[in-house]
Amino acid sequence: MKKISVVFLVIFVVLAALHQDAWNWSSSYLIFGFMPVGLAYHALYSLTAALFWGIVIKFAWPEDLEQWAEEGEKNSTP
Amino acid sequence: MATVWVIVCYLGALLAFALGSKFLFRGTSNDYFVASRSIGPFMLLMSVFGTTMTAFALVGSTGKAFERGIGTYGLMASSSGLIHAACFFLIGVKIWSIGKRHGFVTQIQFFRARFNSNGLGYLLFPIFVLLVIPYLLIGVIGAGKTLQPATAGAFPELFQSENPILNGGVPPWLTGLVICGVVLAYIFAGGSRAAAWANTFQTLVFMAMGLVAFVLIYNVLGQAGSPTNVAARVTEQGTVVQDYSFDKASGKLIKADKPKVVGKLKHPEEANEWAGKQPHLTRDEVEIIYKAKNPKTKELVDKTRDVGVPWLMFLTYMFIPLSVGMFPHLFQHWLTAKSAKAFKLTLIAHPLCIMIVWVPCVLIGIWASGLLPWGMPPAAVLSNVLKTLIGNPILTGMLTAGILAAIMSSLDSQFLCLGTIFTNDVVLHNSKKKYTDKQILFMARGFVVGIVALTYVLALLLQNQNVFDLAVWCFSGFAALTPLVIAALYWKRATAAGAFASVIAVVVTWLIFFAMSGFGGEFTVMGGVMPAAICWVAGALAMVVVSLATKPPSRETVNKFFV
Repeated sequence: MKKISVVFLVIFVVLAALHQDAWNWSSSYLIFGFMPVGLAYHALYSLTAALFWGIVIKFAWPEDLEQWAEEGEKNSTP
Repeated sequence: MATVWVIVCYLGALLAFALGSKFLFRGTSNDYFVASRSIGPFMLLMSVFGTTMTAFALVGSTGKAFERGIGTYGLMASSSGLIHAACFFLIGVKIWSIGKRHGFVTQIQFFRARFNSNGLGYLLFPIFVLLVIPYLLIGVIGAGKTLQPATAGAFPELFQSENPILNGGVPPWLTGLVICGVVLAYIFAGGSRAAAWANTFQTLVFMAMGLVAFVLIYNVLGQAGSPTNVAARVTEQGTVVQDYSFDKASGKLIKADKPKVVGKLKHPEEANEWAGKQPHLTRDEVEIIYKAKNPKTKELVDKTRDVGVPWLMFLTYMFIPLSVGMFPHLFQHWLTAKSAKAFKLTLIAHPLCIMIVWVPCVLIGIWASGLLPWGMPPAAVLSNVLKTLIGNPILTGMLTAGILAAIMSSLDSQFLCLGTIFTNDVVLHNSKKKYTDKQILFMARGFVVGIVALTYVLALLLQNQNVFDLAVWCFSGFAALTPLVIAALYWKRATAAGAFASVIAVVVTWLIFFAMSGFGGEFTVMGGVMPAAICWVAGALAMVVVSLATKPPSRETVNKFFV
């Protein structure tokens, strides 16, 4: 496995762990005056997930797959 | 009546838009099944997101938040943002490349070739069909149940009902007929390309309508200072009360001098801990007793609701979004992509789109806990909030159209996918007869018509059954099957025997839990563990153990599927 893939795998596991925000479990504090903090945290989590996948695309996109797919398209049958 | 006209106009516009794709239809079976692999990034995002978000995205999320509170978002939405995108990246992109290289149009073709086993296809085929059909029924029945109260009063002489909330509303049999007819029309004409076009239109509509609903409701409930003040509250005596009511005539939110009692804590000794708190704003668990009407006897009976989310459930629910890795209808959408790069936008924007749709719906659900009767069926919460607070027939029509859009954007892909599977994996597979492309196209369309008709008849027969309880079981089944696709794509040592063992282990464990649950509904084991997590582990273990104990696949097979 490439080094960069290992780094992203570790970040993915950390993100999955951060989903368990036990510290917000009992809090009903309101962000912007209407959004409970437990919900605001997870909305921010969605933004972070989008950012994470944006970085993965930038640094770990499997460029070789496209060429591999094109190469075999003409002479292969299911 | 205005509501009905808005919905009719929406359906007309959808049909016109989707049929517009017919001008690009190339008349080949490849175009019908996978749009000649020509769909660009934006349409891929819209069709994948629209297909993933069923009726549950708008109606179900609001209802679930009404029951459980804010935990609904973390349980189902934020985890999906991370896991769905992971499935698109690790499974979708790879499947696209293999599909393009070898010309596959169905999941079963891929698994048969990867594991060199026809039998595996015959094992998977009924599983896929049986897991997709309840999903289709949820859509058709859900549409009927949404439209009838929304159009109540429009046809008082034509569609009479004993229930005053439904009297004069478009009956479910007619809604189902129209929905199935519209979806069939564009799928029949344009196949996968029409589905992508229609999904783009519908996804934009339901996202926009969800936001419109949120802003309108926010403005009305904002009269309470913050709309979140409206959510139900626990008193020092351990009762659960609603502090506000909405006066439809004046359009004003009124703070009651004497709050309305809607329930009480099941364990009164917890009253001190909960006094003054609004249970829907946290994820702490609390059991609340409330009154609900027994649908058969019409008597008010005591029911208990768990507000909040158990920690183990929150943790193991992370397995449920894995289902997108095995949905046959998503598999087909992945294959329509023009290039691997087309997936990039979907990866980034999917978690954002989920947030845009789910955050408003969850907020509306928790606010509704302070306005609607607690005995209200969760699926009816969104339409009732709209009807109570907004009341404008044109806006109600637009928002109902948004709900229908979410439902139909999943239905079309599922109908098409089953038609594709029947044609390719049942009829064409191992057929000695050579069919022309026109005959294949004719056959696929015939199957799509048959599946739509069957779904409609089943929806009529089962319209009074609670098929919504099957939703999480469909997701669980597909999620538990993901070790199969992960091993097929990433583990050269995975064997056909391992694949059989994995599928059988999932089916057996799933059936055991399904029976234990009483055949549907929310069900957890060991204090909150979702059955999908255990079925997934069983499937993964069976795959690994049996693959290692059997002869490795041939070098030729490995070379065919690994870069």
